[in-house]
Amino acid sequence: MSAFAQTQLKETFVINLGPQHPATHGVLRVKLVMDGEYIVEAEPVLGYIHRMHEKMGENRTWAQFMPNTGRMDYLHALAYNHGYVTVVERAAGIKVPERAEYIRVITAELNRISSHLLWFGAFVLDLGGFTPLLYAFDDREQILDLLESVTGSRLTYSYFRFGGVYNDIDGNFVPGALAFIKRLRERMPMYHALVTKNIILRKRLEDIGFITPEMCRKYGATGPVARGSGINFDVRKHEPYSIYPELDFDVPVYPKGDSMARYLVRMDEIEQSMRIVEQAIAKLPEGPVMAEKAPKILKPAKGDYYHAVETARGSFGLRVVSDGTNTPYRLKLRSPTFSNLSLFGEACQGMLLPDALALMGSLDLVIPEIDR
Amino acid sequence: MSVHPEVIRLLIFLVGIIAFAALNAAYLVWLERKEAGHIQRRIGPKEVGWFGLLQPLADGIKLMTKQLIVPAGVDPVLFRIAPILVMIPAIMSFVTIPFSDTLVARNLDIGLLAVFAFASVNVLGLLLGAWGSRNKYAVISAARVVSQNVAYEIPMLVTVVTMVMISHTMNLTKIVGQQMGGFWHWNFFNLTASPLMPVAFLIFFVCMLAETNRAPFDMAEAESELIAGAFTEYPGMGFGVFFMGEYANIVIGCSMATILFLGGWDCPFGLYPGVHWFLLKMYLLIFTVIWIRWTYPRTTFYGLLNLSWKILIPISFFNLLLTSAMLKVFKP
Repeated sequence: MSAFAQTQLKETFVINLGPQHPATHGVLRVKLVMDGEYIVEAEPVLGYIHRMHEKMGENRTWAQFMPNTGRMDYLHALAYNHGYVTVVERAAGIKVPERAEYIRVITAELNRISSHLLWFGAFVLDLGGFTPLLYAFDDREQILDLLESVTGSRLTYSYFRFGGVYNDIDGNFVPGALAFIKRLRERMPMYHALVTKNIILRKRLEDIGFITPEMCRKYGATGPVARGSGINFDVRKHEPYSIYPELDFDVPVYPKGDSMARYLVRMDEIEQSMRIVEQAIAKLPEGPVMAEKAPKILKPAKGDYYHAVETARGSFGLRVVSDGTNTPYRLKLRSPTFSNLSLFGEACQGMLLPDALALMGSLDLVIPEIDR
Repeated sequence: MSVHPEVIRLLIFLVGIIAFAALNAAYLVWLERKEAGHIQRRIGPKEVGWFGLLQPLADGIKLMTKQLIVPAGVDPVLFRIAPILVMIPAIMSFVTIPFSDTLVARNLDIGLLAVFAFASVNVLGLLLGAWGSRNKYAVISAARVVSQNVAYEIPMLVTVVTMVMISHTMNLTKIVGQQMGGFWHWNFFNLTASPLMPVAFLIFFVCMLAETNRAPFDMAEAESELIAGAFTEYPGMGFGVFFMGEYANIVIGCSMATILFLGGWDCPFGLYPGVHWFLLKMYLLIFTVIWIRWTYPRTTFYGLLNLSWKILIPISFFNLLLTSAMLKVFKP
């Protein structure tokens, strides 16, 4: 008997979660076969915000594709920019000044904190708690102001250039960043007291929504999802790039694999990112922020290049094939959320609807990045 | 032809009660938004009138001018009748609630019973509305509402029975009358009747939150899971009436908590008892209800049932036994 016929024996019904549903944070649609409130089958349906980024990459010059990378994951845009500029610099053989790399890491890590803060608020909102969202936005606002002052925009930055960054940081940025870190350090205990230690939240997250390491390997999950299942993998540590090898930071890993583990991984990552920013600011060298010999018209040598960066959601990989012209021959974008979402169907089987939505929230989905 | 003065009195009270319920519903929304705003470090409504005080009026006009869409496929009778079934019993409950020793529309000897009888119709309205909407989210919500109410009426009513045993009456005015003369006479501090009295109050309060579908027990609405639950298909004033009924139920729940446990219109220090004390206590409780909503995340459905069946019901039954034993020993 086919699986479909078996589900018909019980009285099940199909429910369309999305594409417009408060819990899917965008235009994700999940087709759920439900037995009462239990989920029998879940099938994510994608493509509602597909923008053909990969095809667009083949039709525009190397530099013109830069803004597209930030528009995939609008919450951690700088890391996506970072991945793209790094792989193109490798292809074109451009040497980046050290100060530029430090500025890249500082801004990208601040952006990671802002992404995690927004996830924190939205996740608690998924669980029905409204207030932490606005507290988190309050803190995120400080980061956006800082980044706005140096990059000129608040969401899709496109701040990096092939060979450096667009603008040197000004005198207010470093004191502002340090003041923000001091402020967030003081507020983290409040978040933990208000949310992490809350009995209702613990009951909703602990021992619920298990993702096994096997599942992560099967579907290619990375980032906090994999680290919440005990897989110690962080591109910044294990395939080091930029100046990360020179910085001292830990990779938080929780072996349990429930929703709480993923929550705690992200909360710890906020702390680690603050450490990275502090160290990078302390080591920030003087010098130019743009390579002197960066060519105006880019024609990287023929070849096949791959580079991955650690974004707030996991490992973002770019495979770039150049045929020596001023446009890429092929651009393959491996986005972390796509893999992280793929395991949802298997992980949520037999779960109750509210728990499955908590699990979905703990995956930290950004829909434009799934569809690309 | 002369009209019996009692009829005129009742008419005045009925108009007053409907006005009170509607005004409360409107201004509790304002209070909720303002309080939520301050809890979340923002200002809340401030544009319409002083401190946004005319905001409920604007909201009401907006809701009333919206088209009442009856979606295709719904049961037209149930769909239309459900909001009324939520609102009317809530207003009816006000009839027996004594706001002070004279300010009561109908001083029934079974006032307590009447309030809880009317309060339990609320769930029927939600169930019919959700079922009649023919929306899958609404049906899930309906199933939740019913089992939630079954689970929570038991500890609530067992606690109320305990109070009736202590008071020897179901007349709400008399129940308050026994608690007059300062806060140490209130049932909340009536530790000689049962040392578990504060716990009983807590059980009553939690059950009231669950009964009125307030966070953290707002399983029926659960906007991040079920969109708007039972209200998903309701437009404009259909939703507005549900909303008003919900707030009226909160007012009734807090009034009952005030009457049963906090001495009704009695002054804590034995000075100037009156309706102002009743309103003060009631609104303080409502303030707490709103405060809880904007602080805690939502529980799960099964977590709620576990809490009720495994914790609240055993404790309330234990309290009932303890109280009856103590009454037998100390006040035979």
